[in-house]
Amino acid sequence: MAIRRGRGVAAVNYPTGMNLGGDPSQALVHSTPTGNFMVTLSSVDLGQGLKQIMAQICAETIGVSADQVTIDTADTDTGPHCMGTFASRGTHRIGNAVIQAATEAKQVMLEVAADELEVNASDLETDGAGNIHVKGAPQKSISIFDTALAAHFKRGRSISGRGMFLIPRSFPEVETGAMKPSTCYAHACTVAEVDVDDETGEVTVVSVKNVFEIGRALNPKMVEQQLVGGSWMGISHALYETTEPYYPNRDHRGIDFNQYLMPGPGDLAETEIVVLERPAADGPYGAKGPGEMCANPQIPALANAIFDAVGVRIDHLPITPERVLRALKAQRAA
Amino acid sequence: MMRLAKEYFADQRDDDLKQLGVGLQRSDVPGHVTGKTTYFADRNFPRMLHLKMVRSPHHHARIRSIDTSEAEKHPGVARVLTHKDVPHNVYTILILIQVGPEDEQVLAADKVRWKGEAVVAVLADSERAANEAAAKVKVDYEVLPAVFDMDEALAPGAPLVNEYHGNNYYTYDSGSHRKVRFGDVEQGFAQADFVLEETYRSSPIEQAPTETTGCIAVPEGNDRFTCYTNTQAMFFTLDNTSIILQMPGHKLHFVGGTVGGGFGGKVDVTVEPIAILAAKLTGRPVSFIYTREEEMQISSPRAAEKIVIKDGVMKDGRIVARYVKGYTDAGAYSRHSPYGAQKGAAHYPGPYTIPNVWADTYCVYTNRTPSSAMRGFGVTIADFALEVQMDKLARLISMDPLEFRFINAYRDGDMKAHRQPTEGAALIECMQEASKAANWPVAEKFLKMSSYKET
Amino acid sequence: MAKKVPIQLMLNGEDRAEFVDSGATLLTVLRERFDDTSPKGGCHQGTCGACSVLVDGELRLSCLTLAEACEGQSIETTAGLAKEGVLHPLQRVFLDGFAAQCGFCTPGMIMAAKALLDHTPNPSREDVVEALSGNICRCTGYEPIINAVLAAARANSHNAA
Repeated sequence: MAIRRGRGVAAVNYPTGMNLGGDPSQALVHSTPTGNFMVTLSSVDLGQGLKQIMAQICAETIGVSADQVTIDTADTDTGPHCMGTFASRGTHRIGNAVIQAATEAKQVMLEVAADELEVNASDLETDGAGNIHVKGAPQKSISIFDTALAAHFKRGRSISGRGMFLIPRSFPEVETGAMKPSTCYAHACTVAEVDVDDETGEVTVVSVKNVFEIGRALNPKMVEQQLVGGSWMGISHALYETTEPYYPNRDHRGIDFNQYLMPGPGDLAETEIVVLERPAADGPYGAKGPGEMCANPQIPALANAIFDAVGVRIDHLPITPERVLRALKAQRAA
Repeated sequence: MMRLAKEYFADQRDDDLKQLGVGLQRSDVPGHVTGKTTYFADRNFPRMLHLKMVRSPHHHARIRSIDTSEAEKHPGVARVLTHKDVPHNVYTILILIQVGPEDEQVLAADKVRWKGEAVVAVLADSERAANEAAAKVKVDYEVLPAVFDMDEALAPGAPLVNEYHGNNYYTYDSGSHRKVRFGDVEQGFAQADFVLEETYRSSPIEQAPTETTGCIAVPEGNDRFTCYTNTQAMFFTLDNTSIILQMPGHKLHFVGGTVGGGFGGKVDVTVEPIAILAAKLTGRPVSFIYTREEEMQISSPRAAEKIVIKDGVMKDGRIVARYVKGYTDAGAYSRHSPYGAQKGAAHYPGPYTIPNVWADTYCVYTNRTPSSAMRGFGVTIADFALEVQMDKLARLISMDPLEFRFINAYRDGDMKAHRQPTEGAALIECMQEASKAANWPVAEKFLKMSSYKET
Repeated sequence: MAKKVPIQLMLNGEDRAEFVDSGATLLTVLRERFDDTSPKGGCHQGTCGACSVLVDGELRLSCLTLAEACEGQSIETTAGLAKEGVLHPLQRVFLDGFAAQCGFCTPGMIMAAKALLDHTPNPSREDVVEALSGNICRCTGYEPIINAVLAAARANSHNAA
């Protein structure tokens, strides 16, 4: 009759993108007459912040401030094809397409600026503050605003670009399963600490310490959102969630949030997140896709912590108080 | 709450980005906090019809007859649709990437294969009228035996769930399962100091986004239809709709991109085709939005899985053989499950370098709710099984669980079971940082390890 | 035609009047007749809180409230919080604190937080947890939202001091 504490660890990796590739995305970038940039996509923001991060990626590539970039998505009449937002592919695939489109647009912009300044385009760089100047001679400069006006109305150039990113599809070899599932993987290691009430089977998650390696934290605040939310969902998955609570009896399945249990704001574990960055060779500025991985390692870490606490293994999710209690009773009987 | 540990892999990065690596404010949140963000349902259209789906109350049944006459007469009802109205009623969403056969019905014709399957669509000018009329639809069912367990479904004599597959499993080009064969596991087991075989299981879980699945289809009066939708994949949904409605893709205009949570729950194609068909046949806008009850029990969950892992391990901590048999419960229809089961095969044996690996992954049909993508598809439950197994193995050989993982962790250049070289590995560094952050001491030699290839 | 009833109420400080279906919920009427789509229909069963609004200062689930029963009452929704383009302090902390991802639960969360701070300007963390426990969020894991509400309370007391 005690509260017993235990801790457990889990280490995982996760592939970025649709398994085996073959999932393209495209992007179109163009400048308005006054030097603001539009990124046209048919990609979907589920709340993970795709729109914001694509603006930052475009801005970084062209060399302007992110608030000069507007994202236009998703309309299949105007946006070029995107495979969709799933499989942790968004940042990687769409980001790479945006970089390609922005690079092409930037090149045209520099060529127009070069004509205006009577230099070579390769001598020019952006200053990140809305201007283009000669490398090493910042006084020889033109604003992006004036460059865009010149392109539209004087030089007859379209400051625009197209981007397409496709990992060629891989087909598993029939007998060996030789295949290329992904070009890059994110990593994680989670240590979870629990208190288990050996009288009721209830598990309280005391703390989770998550280490995530995600390639590059393109917007650290948004990364934090994703990783904290994911850690919560992992805990929920491990201990609470099921659509069939009385399986194999499929009656009394949850039909609302009263019956489908998830931890509420009063059930939160102390959560620590550490982020490592090993840039992916083919990631946009090295980014990998952490959106799914971040909800995985907590599950086995908790199962292992429960074993450490009370010496029972629950190899069947979710690890409910009932399952813990049955296991404890069997353990005592043995 | 979050710390960026820049000291790791510093030699692989130039931390000189200007607009990236910065916590800039999100451009969409001002809209969220003021209520100005437009989700698909934040629109009103005059003369809009509400679609209520009549669903099977049985897990498995033959349909003898469907009588919609009383429903059609109900005040406010504009139209009632059955399978006869659907141009291409039998479909499968992965046909777009040549993963067939077509095995699912938009509206049930002669059989239902899961409790909740769509049978009749009622269109009325109010939700109330649609619900009342739906209750007047009469379907005569002949109940059939059903199977809810993968082992039972795969046993001889089990009821056949889906005739389009001929068996209660998906047939890959490699047969009844996707195969990974690397080295010789039997030899590995023979040389191992210990062999451990364990079975892991999981229950289906719901994505449960706060916004339910749905769409509003609007006829534009020029043969085109605009569909406001919260799908996670615009063209994937549009192209499947084009096939189901036998309508050229350029007649379809999908608008979306702002979704109240997805988590994989909005990658099936269950609302747009029928809503657009209804808009076409009635000439009016049609709203089809899942109730919370439908979101919970009709929309596809994460599959239930069963995973058997058999490992051979040495006293010194090396895993020398890993054998995995993974079963994914697709429910009554394929949807994305053949892909998900295969993704599991690609994931084994986990981020560890093991010289002998054998993996078989099965996509199994039962009369449960069709499952589909959910955050971590094909991997989440595999990781549960793999990492609990790692814990058991460590304790079997009286080794610290974290140190045990260091011994087996993959590194750059190591050959994986699916015959790709490891690149960009970082498991070791994650574990090193976890050891520090969680105050879980490990031997010094592990803190000195590196994922980089030894030169 | 379904029976229509007149309803007159105050919405975010403005007098509004409409004929609505008898038996319609306040949520439906706000979204379809009063053009205020800020409260969301997450469940229409009262279990998710996305439809939360204030009725005469009290937090209410608008999906379970009859519009007719609000005759003459004052309704506050998220859409009415900003004044002349200036965000309400709660909106500001949700934005600065990265307390919203998909945003679907956000309007309801903000109203629940407002109801708390209007009654309890100096809440403890437990008070905040209690006040938000009727609002489901699937994206954030709640922690950033709790922190945002506490930050708003601190800012208020700082300003009041």
